[in-house]
Amino acid sequence: MKKTLIPLGLFVVLVVFLAIGLTRDPHEIPSPLIGKAAPAFTAPRLHEPGQTFSAKDMLGQVWLLNTWASWCVACRQEHPILVAFAKTRTLPIIGLDYKDQEADGLKWLARLGDPYDLSVTDKDGRIGIDYGVYGVPESFLIDKAGVIRYKQIGPVTEEALRDKILPLVRELQK
Amino acid sequence: MIPELGHFSLILALFVALALGVLSVAGGQQGRGDWMALARPGAQALWLLTAFSFGCLIYAFYTNDFSVAYVAEHSNSKLPGIYRIAGVWGGHEGSLLLWLMMLSSWMLAVSIFSRQLPDAMVSRVLGILGLVAVGFLLFMLVTSNPFLRLSEIPADGRDLNPLLQDPGLVIHPPMLYMGYVGMAVPFAFAIAALLNGRLDAAWARWSRPWATAAWIFLTLGIALGSWWAYYELGWGGWWFWDPVENASFLPWLVGTALIHSLAVTEKRGLFRNWTIVLAITAFSLSLLGTFLVRSGVLTSVHAFASDPRRGVFILLFLSVVVGGSLTLFALRASKVRSGGAFALVSRETLLLVNNVLLATAAATVLLGTLYPLIVDALNLGKLSVGPPYFNSVFVPIMVPVLLFMVIGSYARWKNDSVAELAKKLRPVAILSVLLGCGATLLAGAWSTLVALALTLVFWIVLGSLLQIYRQFKDTVNWRSTPLSFWGMHVAHIGIAVCVVGITMVKGYETEKDVRMAVGDTVLVGGYTFRLTGIHEAAGPNYNADVGDVELSRDGRVLRTLHLEKRTYFSSTMPMTEAAIDTNLVRDVYVSLGERLEGGANPAWAMRVYHKPFVVWIWGGCLLMALGGTMAALDRRYRRRAAASAGAVAAKGAVA
Repeated sequence: MKKTLIPLGLFVVLVVFLAIGLTRDPHEIPSPLIGKAAPAFTAPRLHEPGQTFSAKDMLGQVWLLNTWASWCVACRQEHPILVAFAKTRTLPIIGLDYKDQEADGLKWLARLGDPYDLSVTDKDGRIGIDYGVYGVPESFLIDKAGVIRYKQIGPVTEEALRDKILPLVRELQK
Repeated sequence: MIPELGHFSLILALFVALALGVLSVAGGQQGRGDWMALARPGAQALWLLTAFSFGCLIYAFYTNDFSVAYVAEHSNSKLPGIYRIAGVWGGHEGSLLLWLMMLSSWMLAVSIFSRQLPDAMVSRVLGILGLVAVGFLLFMLVTSNPFLRLSEIPADGRDLNPLLQDPGLVIHPPMLYMGYVGMAVPFAFAIAALLNGRLDAAWARWSRPWATAAWIFLTLGIALGSWWAYYELGWGGWWFWDPVENASFLPWLVGTALIHSLAVTEKRGLFRNWTIVLAITAFSLSLLGTFLVRSGVLTSVHAFASDPRRGVFILLFLSVVVGGSLTLFALRASKVRSGGAFALVSRETLLLVNNVLLATAAATVLLGTLYPLIVDALNLGKLSVGPPYFNSVFVPIMVPVLLFMVIGSYARWKNDSVAELAKKLRPVAILSVLLGCGATLLAGAWSTLVALALTLVFWIVLGSLLQIYRQFKDTVNWRSTPLSFWGMHVAHIGIAVCVVGITMVKGYETEKDVRMAVGDTVLVGGYTFRLTGIHEAAGPNYNADVGDVELSRDGRVLRTLHLEKRTYFSSTMPMTEAAIDTNLVRDVYVSLGERLEGGANPAWAMRVYHKPFVVWIWGGCLLMALGGTMAALDRRYRRRAAASAGAVAAKGAVA
């Protein structure tokens, strides 16, 4: 094969990927977990590493599990919205600090505000795997029976909050 | 009426560009003088039509013509005048018009400053640029027309994104686009040379100043963007490896490789194919950047409104332009092994090594940027690649680049010996290590990485200074030293200055997040910050909380800093306006966070940073741009070109 064809070959591969990329919405992936019981986990708390938190502690409440990380740029985008939402005290928000250093995570929350009732650490991403986390941020709305009812992929936006999450929360809290 | 004229002007521009593209390229190929003669006036007409159209959009913005959908979405009657003009490129459609404006300005420049070039070459180059303009004009007219009217005219506009209401953003996009689009010129020269079948030193000499000019704008554009992110986003960071930032950094890396590779091709006639590939790649990456930003395939903090239909168009355009160019390259690339031989130890080798390293660095950044997309396309899941990847991959590649940069500037063309180079550079190396380690100890805590970086900084600076001293001493008439010699050293020292900034900030910055009420103080980096008051203030289109912070050191008050947190009427997201006190060796940076407590004595979250040497990052970029300017203005581009034209004429006379 001629060497001068290599750049063209590489470019064709790139275009194929870009073309497939166009057909996907980076924000939407159906989760097989919707309608299923939220995977159980017990993990150390970020602020009090001596104590643990379990998903089953939340049974009987509608709650939001939000995965975040100090290294995640999109999380910065989402964060002010979560902080404002947390002030409305609509429902408990639990943070899952995904594949992050505790010190970085704590610093991040101290700096940008902490919207979470509490955060747990998932340093090696185990819990993330159970929840099918593809990339941070992702959020799961879990009902009183511990069933995942909604998954937000990517940052929680004001629209998603207003049009999808809030109506569903109100219905589930009835 | 005015918007319709602007729209009409764009349609005319499409036809002019089409005629220019087809006739000039065909004329150049077939040697038809009457068609070639159309190239320069065609390019100038295209510029006039585009400028008129651009003027119409500025007018619509300036007069608050909210019947134009684009104006209604990106402006507001309360918006200050300067931002109304900057609003022209505050959204997708206007950005494209700016892109086109820049492209036609480069074409205008080529049509004026190309007298020494053969007509066939100018004709091909302008024709190729005309064809690129056709693509963008079609894109605008079909998918993103900025002049569309609304049937129901809103009372007021939606306002410009508050993040963009900033002086930095008034000039950042034009600079960056000038650089992006400027890469089209060396691209057009490369394609013209392939069409011509003559990849010779003349071609390299002609495209060199253009490639350098585009690189200068790109450097300034990236620096402005980084500076803007630093003071406007309120995170105190200056680079985030965000896909959009990467999109501008990729053509810069390849462009840097290109301007060095062109030097070898001009001086020694070597690396022709490599230079062609770099020229095509630099422009392709500019187009790819446009695709990534405009199509919404990647998520980014820059998140412009995205539309898949536009993505399909740009992808098609990208395929035609890049695929076509690379096919042409595969067919026409120089099959003859380049003439001049060179030894393993020579300036050629060192430049090639650095070129390959820069290309590798670009490839790793591209991979990191596209990785989420590739993984998704292969159905392996969704993920995001963050700064840890880029820092751990990019930095190790840059270390040898900085090392070889100096050796390359010392090495002789064709052949040099390791012993000879070692003799010249040994004192520089020893002194650099000593000074680098010494400076690290003086700066504060020891860190091997900081010491390594500072050693490289001294290596570059001392290496350049020694060469300048030699030039001064050994040359009989040092005043005749070419401007490009100074340009190279200024740009290289610029790199060193930039590395100082990056290293010192990374190594020694301190930051504190504190809760402050009026009267509270905090000590950061030896400076005392006292919050003396917080009051509300109203801006033209926002309300702000303004904090006054008194900055003092050793009990001596230096100045009062004003920091703001603005809430624009049009948006619920608050904007921080950090207060920054800058001097040559450090910035102190304060920004206002959330209000924590209300009442009689409200308390606020505040972020305080001490950032040593941070302005050196942008100062270094300015030096690089200055060095580039000196190199591009070197007399010999004009003189030699004239001489060779004379030689050709003389040959013709003999024949």
